[in-house]
Amino acid sequence: MPLFWLILIVLAIAAVGYVLGRSRAMSSAGGELSALHSLPSYYGANVAMKVIVPAFLLLIVWLLAQPFYVNNVISGMIPETSIAEGSSRGLVLAEVRRAARGLDNAVATGAMTEEFARNARADFADISTRLRDAGQIVTSEITQPILRAAQRYRVLNATGNLIMSIAVILVALFAAFWAIRETNAEFRARNVVEQGIKAILIAAASIAILTTIGIVLSLVFNTWEFFRLYPASDFFFGLTWSPSFSGRGSSSQLGILPLLWGTFYISIVALLVAVPIGLFAAVYLSEYAGPKVRAVAKPLLEVLAGIPTIVYGLFALLTVGPLLLSVFGNEGLGIMQAGTAVMTAGLVMGIMLIPFVSSLSDDIINAVPQAMRDGSYGLGATKSETVRQVILPAALPGIVGAILLAASRAIGETMIVVLGAGAAARLSLNPFEAMTTVTAKIVSQLTGDADFASPVALVAFALGMTLFVITLGLNIVALYIVRKYREQYD
Amino acid sequence: MNEMPSIEQANEMTESKISANKVQVFYGDNQAIKDVDIEIQPRSVTSFIGPSGCGKSTFLRTINRMNDTIDICRVEGSIKIDNEDIYDPKVDPVQLRAKVGMVFQKPNPFPKSIYDNIAYGPRIHGLARNKAELDDIVSSSLQKAGLWEEVKNRLDEPGTGMSGGQQQRLCIARAIAVSPEVILMDEPCSALDPIATAKVEELIDELRENYTIVIVTHSMQQAARVSQRTAFFHLGILVEEGLTEDIFTNPKDKRTQDYITGRFG
Ligand SMILES: Nc1ncnc2c1ncn2[C@@H]1O[C@H](COP(=O)(O)OP(=O)(O)OP(=O)(O)O)[C@@H](O)[C@H]1O
Ligand SMILES: [Mg+2]
Repeated sequence: MPLFWLILIVLAIAAVGYVLGRSRAMSSAGGELSALHSLPSYYGANVAMKVIVPAFLLLIVWLLAQPFYVNNVISGMIPETSIAEGSSRGLVLAEVRRAARGLDNAVATGAMTEEFARNARADFADISTRLRDAGQIVTSEITQPILRAAQRYRVLNATGNLIMSIAVILVALFAAFWAIRETNAEFRARNVVEQGIKAILIAAASIAILTTIGIVLSLVFNTWEFFRLYPASDFFFGLTWSPSFSGRGSSSQLGILPLLWGTFYISIVALLVAVPIGLFAAVYLSEYAGPKVRAVAKPLLEVLAGIPTIVYGLFALLTVGPLLLSVFGNEGLGIMQAGTAVMTAGLVMGIMLIPFVSSLSDDIINAVPQAMRDGSYGLGATKSETVRQVILPAALPGIVGAILLAASRAIGETMIVVLGAGAAARLSLNPFEAMTTVTAKIVSQLTGDADFASPVALVAFALGMTLFVITLGLNIVALYIVRKYREQYD
Repeated sequence: MNEMPSIEQANEMTESKISANKVQVFYGDNQAIKDVDIEIQPRSVTSFIGPSGCGKSTFLRTINRMNDTIDICRVEGSIKIDNEDIYDPKVDPVQLRAKVGMVFQKPNPFPKSIYDNIAYGPRIHGLARNKAELDDIVSSSLQKAGLWEEVKNRLDEPGTGMSGGQQQRLCIARAIAVSPEVILMDEPCSALDPIATAKVEELIDELRENYTIVIVTHSMQQAARVSQRTAFFHLGILVEEGLTEDIFTNPKDKRTQDYITGRFG
């Protein structure tokens, strides 16, 4: 039974349970609303909740557990001898799954009968052609153990699904029955529903936290794995980045320093663009602009923040790069070789960060109490004197926090760098040279046929981990500063 | 400096420091002040009293053009200080505010050191040619504000770290530091306890020797204690103005009488 139908059935049981629970509560109170502890709809919701929660929990657990079980059984079926030289059990298992999926599709397109797919034992050439005819990619002729395993795989999954459907429906029915039975006028359905809602909210919150923990753990484990294959000191202090994909990457040099340098160089250029412009824009908007200008300009500026970064990347590649090249390139000053360079990526990233800096600074400047401005104007200060000597110093900690947040975005930015900065890992001071960043290298290490057991691919996790630690540190410092600043005026 | 020993006797004769004529103030379409005429005497304290929302602060703020910082606010009529119309286009409101200082309801020291709080005004207006002169201005302002003894050893501590009463006297010292001629005070004691209030009142009484002071207050006792003349506002209108003792003992208008006897407001 397809999952979709199963879910619908559970929901239908819940709906019926809702109606029954409701009417049972009504009738147990003899139609007197005031005799009920809770509103009738709470009794219905109580039943529906008790149907949906256990049934779906079971469903989820089953869906997670079944593949594990099936894989274990199948894995036991494959003899050591049928694992070819240079291959592994995991690869054979993947082939089994592919074959099983092939059989499924062949049945679906009519190239085989279900009977045939289940029982075919001999004539592998025929099965292979039939699979190929059904549009299935079969790398080589299918072999005996693989076919047997694939057939077993299908059977196991089919029975598993059947048992699961029955179990889920039974649980739902039983829960509905039980919940309806406990429904009577005294039952505190409202409190139970309240508890249920609380539980759902807690579950939602913990999913977010658990996923974060999961992501961090997977980073940590893979980083660990990488450091077993590649010395950590070479990674952190190596001055060369030259991964070699041949020979399982054993001759690679994976020093992070050129990448970190590129990252920081580009981020600094970006901040040099974004901080003054963003700050001045914020000062203009919050101190000088009239309400009409503000009503138009602020949303306009914030639209910039909604542009996908890939669009900025294109802008860097197609507009800013060639523009810079025409000034600093061989026809101009002759210090720039190609359109992709630190300067290109930095400028465009700076533009991307302007709304970020300006809207944060705007909030912070607005949080400076009006009394501070009055005090300054009352002494005969002009607007710009007030801004420079009273408002900005008062807002400084908050603005520093905003800049740190912007810096952590710059460090984590990827698309603009991939398109605008080039791909060469280089330790150079010339901002018109192509360089690359940690993020861009993570992308390039993982695209293509990555073998996740070799250091050239695993290094992506170590890079990601380093980046994560740096931005996390920046964010914590920034949020701490911003919060401290908020307290000052509360 | 002045030869005039007693203001009370001289009030009808001296030329007034501030004279307002048919002043109207609008916030958008709302008229907050209607047809106010008033003469304010130099080197004396004038208090504005009246129920909440009657326009005392609004009128006070017209005297140093602080209302210019509110976009929707519009002022009509004429206000003259030393016979010069302050709403004349050739008057720079920023310069005007150096001459007409202001102290606010809530103490609002800048988040700077005590020294820098006082030095702020003189620095912007270039009143000191060197550090020594600036030091002099700071110490003499603090002395005039009666704060010198309390803070002379902690001038580099932040002004925001002082008590409320000290902060308010710091704000007065800050206003004095740019040598204004007029000081406007909008409920300067409303955030202070009785002892701090007494100190500020004492200070106001001393400052009267050198400055023209206008103070908005909700406390009738305070108006009676510190001011020589009192103006009573009601619903944007200046109902009655005169010698403080006359207003409190012998008001001419029924509304004034009701207000000072506590029958409304
Ligand atoms: N910034 C402003 N924008 C619009 N209307 C204002 C503004 N400031 C004051 N008003 C209006 O002007 C009128 C007078 O206000 P004002 O603050 O001068 O009263 P007040 O006498 O000082 O009152 P209080 O004793 O409560 O301080 C009120 O009706 C008020 O709503
Ligand atoms: Mg007021």
